[in-house]
Amino acid sequence: MLKGVKVKEITYLQAITEAVDEEMARDPTVFLMGEDIRQWGAPLGEFKGLFEKYGGERVRDTAISETAMLGAAAGAAATGMRPIVHIMFSEFLGVCMSDIRCVLTKTRYMTGAKTKFPATIMSYSGAGVSAAGEHSTCPYGYMMAIPGLKIVVPSTPYDAKGLIKSAIREDNPVQVLYHQKLISDRLTGEVPEEEYTIPIGKADIKREGSDVTVVAIGLMVHRALSAAAKLQEKGISIEVVDPRTLAPLDKQAIIDSVKKTGRLVIMDEEPKTESASSEISAIVAEEALDFLDAPIKRVCAPDTPIPFSPVLEKAWMPDEEDLLKAVNEIV
Amino acid sequence: MAIEKEKLLDMYRTMVRIRIFEEKIAEDFAAGKIPGFVHLSAGQEANPTGVCANLRIDDIITSTHRGHGHVIAKAGNQYSLAPMVAELYGRKTGVNKGKAGSQHLSDMDIGVLVAEGIQGTALTLAAGAALTAKLRGTDQVVVSFIGDGTLNTGRFHEGMNMASAWKLPLICYCENNVWAESTNIYDVTNLTNITDRAVAFNIPGVSVDGNDVLAVYKVAAEAVARARKGEGPTFIEGKTCRRFGHFQGDTHLYRSQEEKDECMKRDPIPRFRKRLIEMKVLTEKEADKIQQEVQEEMDKAVKFALESPFPDPEEVLTDVYA
Repeated sequence: MLKGVKVKEITYLQAITEAVDEEMARDPTVFLMGEDIRQWGAPLGEFKGLFEKYGGERVRDTAISETAMLGAAAGAAATGMRPIVHIMFSEFLGVCMSDIRCVLTKTRYMTGAKTKFPATIMSYSGAGVSAAGEHSTCPYGYMMAIPGLKIVVPSTPYDAKGLIKSAIREDNPVQVLYHQKLISDRLTGEVPEEEYTIPIGKADIKREGSDVTVVAIGLMVHRALSAAAKLQEKGISIEVVDPRTLAPLDKQAIIDSVKKTGRLVIMDEEPKTESASSEISAIVAEEALDFLDAPIKRVCAPDTPIPFSPVLEKAWMPDEEDLLKAVNEIV
Repeated sequence: MAIEKEKLLDMYRTMVRIRIFEEKIAEDFAAGKIPGFVHLSAGQEANPTGVCANLRIDDIITSTHRGHGHVIAKAGNQYSLAPMVAELYGRKTGVNKGKAGSQHLSDMDIGVLVAEGIQGTALTLAAGAALTAKLRGTDQVVVSFIGDGTLNTGRFHEGMNMASAWKLPLICYCENNVWAESTNIYDVTNLTNITDRAVAFNIPGVSVDGNDVLAVYKVAAEAVARARKGEGPTFIEGKTCRRFGHFQGDTHLYRSQEEKDECMKRDPIPRFRKRLIEMKVLTEKEADKIQQEVQEEMDKAVKFALESPFPDPEEVLTDVYA
């Protein structure tokens, strides 16, 4: 992927900053608004330095006022701007969900295509940092059920930078969900020195294999890769498919992999019911059942709120052990 | 404030167009010709007419479930009623291709950004449109029409706070017809003057007789001038009343006969007509002619709608993404 280009090593957090910075420099209609943007560059610091660089008109501190932020992003988008709105933790998206479900994503349809909404929503998702029930959610499944919304879930610095740049350039609303544990773990990775983007709607094969397809999302990609390395020692070859975009989902990439391996495990950091894994399972059952040699397995979190205590949270989160167990059941 | 004769006549025609539109829709809805449900604004015509007479075509409004009058007033009298009527009839030729219906009529070509049925969402959206005007340094103004029922939503407070904190060129115009569906606004709000809410946002709050188009025009003119100069938002209450129920089919038995009779007496159209005749801007004969012309225009619009095809079923799948 990065053969023959000059690369640099950056963190997942830096990838987010660079993507927004480059797009703001490139396009004067791009602006950013959110809580704690000015002093902190948002609570995890991904927008640090942008206020100093672009000023308070384009890097706007808001009140704790998610419905106004989301509504304003929609209004600004519909009138020619490219707003980026930071709705901090993804559970807060619920506060402004009808602004997302109705105003932002249905209005183009209801106007008969007289408007478009090029807005980017950026939020932290994911558990693993003892942030308890309201600050740890991956809202994949229920956001996939919103027609008109695109959703990107980057798992590496390379994907984060390329996908966020594409999200900002996209003429439709895009929800970017980046994992807070990948920020706090200071995940690093290579990105090209030169400018690049990654198309929305295209999955990435993070590891090629022939025995079992593991579709893993966000942080789970790393757990799947680590489990795959262990399984390789036992002679089991795992293909890790990272959808990167949940809507529109790259169904073909998943189906092609299943056709090759005949086995599917989906690793998804969400309570199992109505999660992204539910939809992916249904698609494969509907469109590629004949290629399956074993039942589809899902490695998800239990249908409970996310607990606080590290011991409980570890038990709640899908991990390598859970994946190994699931794979062993079908090979 | 002297208003040109032409503008006065334009405003009168706009009000007549809204009334005739609403009455014809009421009739056809009752006859089962219009799908879904409709919320009519008859009786409230002076509000959008007086406000929009101060706006340019590139200014923007947001509308509500009771929005036909907003679109007609913003568009101006040269804008055909036919695509609007066709939309209500669910036809392919509708202004929104039959995907909006009565409750979501909009047309950005004339500056009607959205009509929202979830109260308050259009106000925060309007704040965003006003933010665009500010960021781009245009002198466009955005007017968000709301009803009294929206006053107690969180979005009203969040949107007005944002508009005030950022000094946005936004006017929030509340058509206070007292009834939020079947609930009297004063039964659920501990306020006598709803414009007191403006104090909380540190912006001007002005109350006006929403059935007096010239009074509405004057108050709106000041607010529009303020917004254009970059002096920030204004909250306006137009005290008005609706002649029909909340939706067509609503018997509005929750209103006393006395109140309904009073509303009929406060009719803004005969009132303006009388005023224009007194001002010698209009004669009885000319007024009757306007009435007749608009009636013919509406009949033609309905004929156009009825003769238009329904959308192709394949249309379901288009327009989701840009």
